Amino acid sequence: MKTTETPPPAPLDGARGPAKIDSGPRPTGRGREGDKGGGEGTVLNVFSHGVLVIWAIMVVLPLLWAVMTSFKTDEAILSSPWSLPDSLNFEAWGRAWSQAHMSEYFLNTIIVVGGSLIGTLVLGSMAAYVLARFEFPGNRFVYYLFLGGNSFPIMLALVPLFYVMNNLSLLNTLHGLILVYIAYSLPFTVFFLTAFFRTLPSSVAEAALIDGASHARTFFQVMLPMARPGLISVGIFNFLGQWNQYMLPTVLNTEPDVKVLSQGLVELATSQGYKGDWSGLFAGLVMAMLPVLGAYIVFQRQVVSGLTAGALK
Amino acid sequence: MQHGKYRFIAGFLVLPLGLYVLFVVWPFIQSIYYSFTDWTGLSPDFRMIGVDNYTRMLDDAVFWKSLQHSLLLVLVLPLVTLGLALFFAFMINVGGRRRNAVVAGVRGSAFYKIAYFFPQVLSIAIVALLFQFAFNPDDGLINATLEAVGLDSVQPDWLGDPGLALPVVMMVLIWSTVGFFVVLFSAGMASIPKEIYEAALLDGAGRATTFFRVTLPLLWDTVQSGWVYMGILALGAESFAVVQIMTVGPGGPDYSTTVLPLYVYQAAFRDGQAAYATTIGVALLVVTLAFAAIVMRLGRRERLEF
Repeated sequence: MKTTETPPPAPLDGARGPAKIDSGPRPTGRGREGDKGGGEGTVLNVFSHGVLVIWAIMVVLPLLWAVMTSFKTDEAILSSPWSLPDSLNFEAWGRAWSQAHMSEYFLNTIIVVGGSLIGTLVLGSMAAYVLARFEFPGNRFVYYLFLGGNSFPIMLALVPLFYVMNNLSLLNTLHGLILVYIAYSLPFTVFFLTAFFRTLPSSVAEAALIDGASHARTFFQVMLPMARPGLISVGIFNFLGQWNQYMLPTVLNTEPDVKVLSQGLVELATSQGYKGDWSGLFAGLVMAMLPVLGAYIVFQRQVVSGLTAGALK
Repeated sequence: MQHGKYRFIAGFLVLPLGLYVLFVVWPFIQSIYYSFTDWTGLSPDFRMIGVDNYTRMLDDAVFWKSLQHSLLLVLVLPLVTLGLALFFAFMINVGGRRRNAVVAGVRGSAFYKIAYFFPQVLSIAIVALLFQFAFNPDDGLINATLEAVGLDSVQPDWLGDPGLALPVVMMVLIWSTVGFFVVLFSAGMASIPKEIYEAALLDGAGRATTFFRVTLPLLWDTVQSGWVYMGILALGAESFAVVQIMTVGPGGPDYSTTVLPLYVYQAAFRDGQAAYATTIGVALLVVTLAFAAIVMRLGRRERLEF
């Protein structure tokens, strides 16, 4: 952004990209530069900047506090919640990882999310492709059937689902949980990918069909590669949703050895709470928090577009 | 081209549709059916009892409390969350120094967008646990901060106080969702043509006028879908997780935080009253659909093209 004084009908060079960081002087300091009354502008500027800063602190501080606390001793946690740790105390991390079963929870979560993410993308894109590209009786009905799953309260279905799973011997198994995750991820995935497949040009697929490729082959070798951006967006969306899932495993997965990360942490909070092992608990929380936060910071742009793409449609 | 088309369609649909019907659609239908039975969930035997569960529900004080809290959440949470998010997004994208009729965000807007989004990538379970400890009356972050700034006498028993527990729950839900909407609205605001803002600026429009006359109308579709999304979240998994993890009981103290999805869960899996749980679930379904219908109706405006 330019800092030199130019007369009002300015060139548009600075106007591209709303998110660009303003490198000019602090607006609070020089409120009279606005085209309207300077005094009111300054007060408003200070106020609104203040609110932005306060919210940033409110978001970041609890997270920093958790990281800090995980390195402290239990006495220090109880006596002075605000002080910095004396030294980097990794003992609690080791305790949480092995004794408190965090390693098992991680492994279970990776298996469940890995399996259900692949399943969701494969099954979701198959259904979406057929719904977006083919005319057949019942097309609309199936589409709205999937769509309805987005807005119904899941808790209502979970009561009978528990017994359906029980009858199929899928309760308290990781593969059972994978199937349920896929089923509950399909409504949004199908909705999103149907819209995406509709935007793709049909000429390439038609050419492949004329060349003698089967419908299935056209889908896997021509359409899926073209749909990659959409698959990445919806994949990130589902990855976060499934990694962070709490309600489904809480109802359907109650045996200790098949618990996933979010449940395991709640378990940890209860058991470490009795033992008074606060540092162990915070180590567990931070351990679960950091990989996702790290991945978010690295893949920031993709994550944000993945999570907001659906809502903007 | 038509050769084998239907076989292909059927082949591609059978797995996803089968899984979806078995694990999602079928349980939904079953639960409505079960709400007219006396099924306990513990034994496979049950018989039809008509609307007995429904009359029982209308006399159930805990149900009314859950309903009341869920309605409160669905009214307050979208309003506060979307209000805050709109304000932040506007400041970040349009509220910056306005000189020479050039529209820009405030300083550090890129940082704000990244930081505000943090809670969105965390599991709601982690967020709830974190705040359970932050609100611990004896050695939590909040009361320690109050003490540090000299408010020794103000040491509320946050989650143990029936009057404060629900506001704490709401605050946690707001904390964890505002960032998502800031980013969502930012994306929407970025797609509004700059020329419109510049025209408003040249006409001497202030920030408030710009917001209410330009930004909000052009963003209305996004706000409306955000509203529905937030309402469903307030009635669904997120409120269940926060209340179940954070509050004593859970749902307490003295039923002051219980919400409909939690009561469904407790009736089914703690009290062994599966049929009654599905009845409360049907009430939850009615509330959810009514909410979505009302927002769609209230929010209906002429679509602005740009």
